[in-house]
Amino acid sequence: MKFLTGIWDDLNLSARIGLGIVAFFATFAIFAPWLAPYGESEIVGDVWEDFGYFSGEFFFGTDQIGRDLLSRLIYGARNTMALAIVSTTVSFTAGAVLGFVAATMGGRVDQFLSRIVDVCISIPTLIASLIILSAVGTATSTLILVIGIIYALPVFRIARAVAMDIEVMDYVEAARLRGEGLWWLMSKEILPNAMTPLAAEFGVRFCFVFLLIASLSFLGLGLQPPLADWGAMVRGNADGIAWGFMHPIIPAACIALLTIGINLLIDRWVHKASGLRDDQ
Amino acid sequence: MSEKLLEVKDLLIEADIDGEWKPIVNHLSMTLERGEILGLIGESGAGKSTFGLTALGYAKPGCRIQSGSIKLDGVELVGKSDAELRSIRGNKVAYVAQSAAASFNPAHTLVEQFAESPVQHGNMTMAEAVKRSVELFRQLDLPDPEHIGERYPHQVSGGQLQRAMTAMALGSDPDIIIFDEPTTALDVTTQIEVLGAIKEAIKERNVAAIYISHDLAVVAQMADRIMVLRHGNLIEEGNAREMLANPKEDYTRLLLNVRSTRESRYDHDEEDIQLKVENITARYPGTTIDVLKNINIEIIKGKTVAVVGESGSGKSTLARVITGLLPPSQGSVRFHGRELTPDLRSRPKKDLQSIQMIYQMADVAMNPRHKIKDIIGRPLEFYLGIKGKQREAHVLELLRQIEIPADYADRYPAQLSGGEKQRVCIARALAAEPELIICDEVTSALDQLVAEGILDLLLNLQKELNVSYLFITHDLAVVKAIADEIVVMYQGGVVEQGTKAEILEPPFKPYTELLLSSVPEMDPDWMDNLIERRKRGEAPTAESIAQAD
Repeated sequence: MKFLTGIWDDLNLSARIGLGIVAFFATFAIFAPWLAPYGESEIVGDVWEDFGYFSGEFFFGTDQIGRDLLSRLIYGARNTMALAIVSTTVSFTAGAVLGFVAATMGGRVDQFLSRIVDVCISIPTLIASLIILSAVGTATSTLILVIGIIYALPVFRIARAVAMDIEVMDYVEAARLRGEGLWWLMSKEILPNAMTPLAAEFGVRFCFVFLLIASLSFLGLGLQPPLADWGAMVRGNADGIAWGFMHPIIPAACIALLTIGINLLIDRWVHKASGLRDDQ
Repeated sequence: MSEKLLEVKDLLIEADIDGEWKPIVNHLSMTLERGEILGLIGESGAGKSTFGLTALGYAKPGCRIQSGSIKLDGVELVGKSDAELRSIRGNKVAYVAQSAAASFNPAHTLVEQFAESPVQHGNMTMAEAVKRSVELFRQLDLPDPEHIGERYPHQVSGGQLQRAMTAMALGSDPDIIIFDEPTTALDVTTQIEVLGAIKEAIKERNVAAIYISHDLAVVAQMADRIMVLRHGNLIEEGNAREMLANPKEDYTRLLLNVRSTRESRYDHDEEDIQLKVENITARYPGTTIDVLKNINIEIIKGKTVAVVGESGSGKSTLARVITGLLPPSQGSVRFHGRELTPDLRSRPKKDLQSIQMIYQMADVAMNPRHKIKDIIGRPLEFYLGIKGKQREAHVLELLRQIEIPADYADRYPAQLSGGEKQRVCIARALAAEPELIICDEVTSALDQLVAEGILDLLLNLQKELNVSYLFITHDLAVVKAIADEIVVMYQGGVVEQGTKAEILEPPFKPYTELLLSSVPEMDPDWMDNLIERRKRGEAPTAESIAQAD
């Protein structure tokens, strides 16, 4: 408990807001079955019924085929957040490890890895994921893996660039002179000093994943219906805009809000890690 | 109107240190008259830069001017906004920073940067600015003054860049120029050329200058009057000549004595040769120039070999070859008669353990995210297999040896001062229980008194542990203090080697003489006399050496 209050005291106002936002969505994600008024795929009303707020039957109205939008949002928080967090983590682990290996070993290893990444990165993201997903199927675990690999490519480039800056420092040379192995150099000398830029990148990549999942869902290769995810909900309800319905705005706002929350938190962490004082 | 160009009275500047405002300039006053050079001297943290910059009415970020008055040409600067300050000081004050390389924009030529400010302010047309730059470049003895302005900063040497920076400062015809350690980053032989050019230009144009330095011998050459500062307080102030001849305060005397030579402790015992560098020739991968040419060096157990030379002489490359970071293209390194594998990666742990290295910049030689106890503890664990409680005890013992309090073990490098950091690096090298330690310019980033402490520590450790040192340095004062044998390097080759007595006493070889004669002495007339002698051809100059080469 003391540890937790310590963290709280350490946060500034914007980071506390960020934490609040993330905690809010996390609560809904974790307790979705208890908090959602209706089932995830239950059709309960007409198409695009109006917002009820506190008076009507459906708080945020219903979606394009008459499912309760609020319930879909709550279940969607669960699917979307889990998918985004897991696949972003996969991409950062893979990208950072390979990037560090390339920077630390240099020479042919670096050339080999970098050229492979250059080739892969030249294929448009969406096309690449479409090809792979249509070949291997759309199980959730496959989806995570594919998104993880695709976003590992830009992470590789950043991790490599950051690690190359660190790699020329005297303390890394000192470790080499000591005879330390590759794993020590990567995990103990480079990683702690590369965390700041990587974390900042994490915050940005995270929201890209929503968008990719949404695109894939729209093309039928993302999360499979009737599973709810925010990106697909924006797509599904998008036609409503033409008729003056506000429904697609709601899941879009959720994506935006969560991204802001996460970035507020990461900003604070980056600020702390960079060793700057609060007034700088 | 009085002659007083700058009058600072009872100035109190505070800095935000860990959230608390503490005085870093403690009620100091100074006056500066036209044509006068004031030297501000002190160690880092003395407040000399902060105090010197007050002529601009400027306090660094995180500092504030709490009370006092700064009058520039009779106009009060304290309490004015930034915009007002800019208009008051206008072109009256110019500033020359320590690192000219960092102050120039690498994407523009020298003359473009020279002309930028006067042309933008409408004081000169481009053609006038170019003409003026040529004039000033000539006055500062830059080679080919008509065309050197067309070069980019990376195309001229460090010493030339520093002179170009001074030309830029003079370009706007200022009343005061502030020099903040302008020659600290330069070689001794270059330093004297820059100092000479600056001094002449200042005198000729009758501008006033504030010269900030930690090196009393340098300030002695430049200043008419000297203020000695320490921890934001004035220790002593007075005429330069009088102060050097007759310092009143103990602290000033301490600064003066730093350069005194120690007795050589070397006796010619025939001992086992520990390390032997044989016919080493080396170049960096992808280049075609040999950075080292046929080098032979011997290191005797328990002794110190100092390798001296200017930047670019190849002395650090030699260290890289010995440690195996740069495999040589020819020759071998023998350790106790056994040849070491050229590439570090194929060396057995035992060989790596016996040769340790200490770096110039202690702050980048330690991982900022590791605690002191882990930095020192890692070699213990890695080479000697010492873990847990035992490791902790060893770390504390090492901290005691380097005279650092035990509670520093849990700190991070950023929480240590420069001297303390270098001590920790020494402890890290010692932890491996090496036979040879390569010290690469270990004191050149430190204040004189702190550097003294480090050298004392190294000497004591050598007595205690019988470890040998290969001491790479450009500082001859350091060499005099600690070396048993000296190797003089110039452009990748060994010019001269021998015992300290052989090298440092006449007859000299020309390059050694140039190096030796360029070390500033605590004599205010030293530089003027030396430049005079060089002009008459009685003392070697960098050009005469290069021609003879």
